[in-house]
Amino acid sequence: MGLLSSSISVTRYRVEGELEKPVIETVAAALKKNSISEIDDHASEIIAGWTSFNNPYQPNFEGSSFVFGTYLLFSLRIDKKSIPSKIIQKYFSIEMAKKTKAIGRRHLSKSEKQMIKDHVINMLSLRIPATPNIYDVLWDYEGASLWFFSNLKAANEELESLFSKSLKLTLIRLFPYTAAQLTAGLSNSELDVLAKLSPAKFTE
Amino acid sequence: MLDVAVAYNRFKFIGDEFLTWLWFIIENDPGYLKNLSPELSSLEIGNRIVLENRRHQAVESITIKGDDANLEEGILALRKGAVVIELNLCFKSGDQEWRFTIKGESLNLSSFKTPFSGPIETAEDVEGAVLEKVYLYDRAIQLVDNLFKNFIKVRASDHWETKVIPVIKKWISA
Repeated sequence: MGLLSSSISVTRYRVEGELEKPVIETVAAALKKNSISEIDDHASEIIAGWTSFNNPYQPNFEGSSFVFGTYLLFSLRIDKKSIPSKIIQKYFSIEMAKKTKAIGRRHLSKSEKQMIKDHVINMLSLRIPATPNIYDVLWDYEGASLWFFSNLKAANEELESLFSKSLKLTLIRLFPYTAAQLTAGLSNSELDVLAKLSPAKFTE
Repeated sequence: MLDVAVAYNRFKFIGDEFLTWLWFIIENDPGYLKNLSPELSSLEIGNRIVLENRRHQAVESITIKGDDANLEEGILALRKGAVVIELNLCFKSGDQEWRFTIKGESLNLSSFKTPFSGPIETAEDVEGAVLEKVYLYDRAIQLVDNLFKNFIKVRASDHWETKVIPVIKKWISA
């Protein structure tokens, strides 16, 4: 679900830390260095990287193509090859039959079976194209705020890890405790009270 | 600050109490909302409330869905000790309308729909469309943030136990 979709999900973050100036050039270099690579002709099953908001299948971070007003806008792309288990099972059976015939034994050891399974998955991974999933990222650098347009746990974890690796900045997810700590403007004494709170009882 | 994963689980009840308090405010104190956001025409419960009762050994979930759903079941669940864990809201300002669902434990927003924004006809329209959409999202997010700030200030004060809890209890048991 992208920023311009008719219905979206959003997870909000606080960005901790500062980038080397000039900021736009630093961000462009970090995005370029960690941009998505194609895995269709490789055995890899999954890959994640940055891509352009405007053209997610041909990432380009030249100039200020990812600057929209005062925001930085780009996307996280996660490409994954999903091989149906029944296809794996089919080729596994074929390869098992070949192997047992070749070595003249009816049974294979656990490790031999695992080797055949890995070989089948590798072989199929080369033949099956990866499915791309694209999640938009809107970053207000001055406001130290970032919106990620997905609530999916795996996508959020990938964002946090790739952002930290690419930009050397920390993303803090805003949920009730962190929102109260970081954005609600509470005094030190109110924060002390907050740390000791326990659930309220709305009934007797 | 506590470790983030520990804090998430330890304090997720705060988000559920926020949504329960918000339902109470929407039903009983629209003037409070008007003071908070003068541009607000109305803030109403939308088409979905999810409640959860963790007071007994088993966790019980109650979902109320539908555009004109009767919320009495929800009040009954509150009376039995449940709290709101997910709330769909409809926010209006002038003739514009926003709809979104907030999840208590994460404050994540989903099914988020803004008022209509202009169509994109050429590549040059994209930046304008993005900025307009971001402005519209921000209007609703600012409202949620203001509501949460006001809630957490009250929650961390003596006012919570002495004034707020008694009126919420009265509403639930009425």
